[in-house]
Amino acid sequence: MSRYSAMFDRLNGTGAFGAFLMLGDPDVETSAKLLDSAVEGGADMIEVGIPFSDPVADGPVIQAAAQRALSAGVRVQDCFDLIAAFRTRHHDVPVGILTYANIVVARPGFMRDAAEAGADSLLIADVPALEAGPFVREMDQAGIEPVLIAAANTPGPTLERIAKLSKAYTYCVSRAGITGTHAGGRFESGLIDRLRAAGAPPPVFGFGISAPDHVRAALTAGARGVICGSAIVDLAQRGGDVAAFVRSLKASTGNESSAQ
Amino acid sequence: MRLNGRFGRFGGCYVPEILVPALEQLEAAFLDAQDDPSFSAELNDLLANYAGRPTPLTRCRNLPGNIYLKREDLLHGGAHKTNQVLGQGLLAKRMGKTRLIAETGAGQHGVATAIVGALLGFETLIYMGAKDVERQKLNVFRMELMGARMIPVESGGRTLKDAINEALRDWSASFPTTHYLLGTAAGPHPFPTMVREFQRVIGREARAQMLEQLGRLPDAVVACVGGGSNSIGLFADFIDDPVRLIGVEPAGKGIDGKEHGATLLRGRPGILHGAETYVLQDDEGQINETWSVSAGLDYPAVGPQHAHLKESGRAEYVGCADDEALAAFKALAENEGILCAFESAHALAHALDLAEDDPESAILVGLSGRGDKDVAQAQALLA
Repeated sequence: MSRYSAMFDRLNGTGAFGAFLMLGDPDVETSAKLLDSAVEGGADMIEVGIPFSDPVADGPVIQAAAQRALSAGVRVQDCFDLIAAFRTRHHDVPVGILTYANIVVARPGFMRDAAEAGADSLLIADVPALEAGPFVREMDQAGIEPVLIAAANTPGPTLERIAKLSKAYTYCVSRAGITGTHAGGRFESGLIDRLRAAGAPPPVFGFGISAPDHVRAALTAGARGVICGSAIVDLAQRGGDVAAFVRSLKASTGNESSAQ
Repeated sequence: MRLNGRFGRFGGCYVPEILVPALEQLEAAFLDAQDDPSFSAELNDLLANYAGRPTPLTRCRNLPGNIYLKREDLLHGGAHKTNQVLGQGLLAKRMGKTRLIAETGAGQHGVATAIVGALLGFETLIYMGAKDVERQKLNVFRMELMGARMIPVESGGRTLKDAINEALRDWSASFPTTHYLLGTAAGPHPFPTMVREFQRVIGREARAQMLEQLGRLPDAVVACVGGGSNSIGLFADFIDDPVRLIGVEPAGKGIDGKEHGATLLRGRPGILHGAETYVLQDDEGQINETWSVSAGLDYPAVGPQHAHLKESGRAEYVGCADDEALAAFKALAENEGILCAFESAHALAHALDLAEDDPESAILVGLSGRGDKDVAQAQALLA
């Protein structure tokens, strides 16, 4: 069973909390500690960015994080090494890579190296379902699970393609636009229901998750989990307590009725 | 998508999922417009009576060899860019959009978009790298005179590629009301095909004019290549003809260093700004900053059809350094009384080399724009 499946089983209907961090931000050593802090705070899954110079799907916070990592001289191999080291410390926590197509195609064997480092999934932000076929085949061969993005405006046939191609989870964007906390999000059940009908992997909401209310709204809409990115990256950059922040959001993922 | 959007293995539609419906809507609008006589009637009317088409074909009187210039410098707006902004502007109207966004490097495409925004009544927003804003103050003022608003982009290297990133980010939230008026035959499908079709008029006219003036096709067709819209527009109607097609890339301060924009000569296949194409990048896939004396050629990717024309061998791509372009700029001014854009001077420089090798061969040069925007820079460089 994959680490994601095992995690969703273990959570037994309560929501998964995913923490996103940019690998190598602001340097390799600090980055490793931040990953541990997220787990310490209770993150169920870790999503990690591999920095790209031209991240068109990202807002200012994640752009700046990628730039800090690149300025520190972080290379793709450093990112894989960070994942491999994390894997020795945390055997069961699923790790998903989020990056861009040019980083993947520039390195022959990227998928295999990612899988060998211990990553469980790969989301390529600028590869939509329309172009995903060859990438997914390579991921399947390498033993890393494809994650695709679904949005409220994604048409039915595309959702069916996403359901067919992806594993791990389905990354649902809570609104149009780019990553960041600036524009909030709309956590509506319509997309979740359509994904469920299409038989897609568990829906997880990303974009606009920065407070306990957002977590609850996303889960109430039927999501199986949430991913918080910009808020954590921003806090880490300002030297804040990442573990405490993750703990405060994770506290909202419980089953409301049983908690009362 | 209804068209396949590929040129050999290049092209495609590598954008966040959220933007795919916007590109599908654009493709549908483009294809419907192609079949609608009222669309081409309105576009042709604007091209003729607003922009000044057809543009002349001028045989050089005094420069050596047998060089013909396709005079896009005489088009309203001062460059070939007006052809396609009119086409995309009408498409945006057709789709019911109320707002245009565009990227610009030197400001020429920003000015062209401001023109169509004023003419057709759009709210117009231009993204421009903060570094370019400083270098191109006059073009910024031109855009503002025509009612466009300019947003300086502070991310990355603060130049054209960062302006494209920012326009894509804007569009991924604003597409219900906004058309992204991409400035060249690059980017995700359907832009490379659509922009080529709107620029095809350059080569169609030039081919007929060559047959009329010379009585035969030229031996070589030469155009500069940045993103590649003027060159693909000039090449398109010659692709099935027995003529050499030559694209001239900006070799900047030399293609063996880092300060150039010679994507097809020194890049390798990758994925940037929505397309699989040649990209100037490091060994890890991080995108390089580029350099050219002509800001309009200063771009680390290239239209995917050019990548295919290179790999298939149908077109040749060569480099022209800053100083060679500058010398051609000066030669054209002194000998023919024409101030051309630095971009176009790259094509002319190579044509002059060809003419030296074979004075008899007929060479068609895409003179893509006029040089008014470059006069101050020329004054500094030639002083």
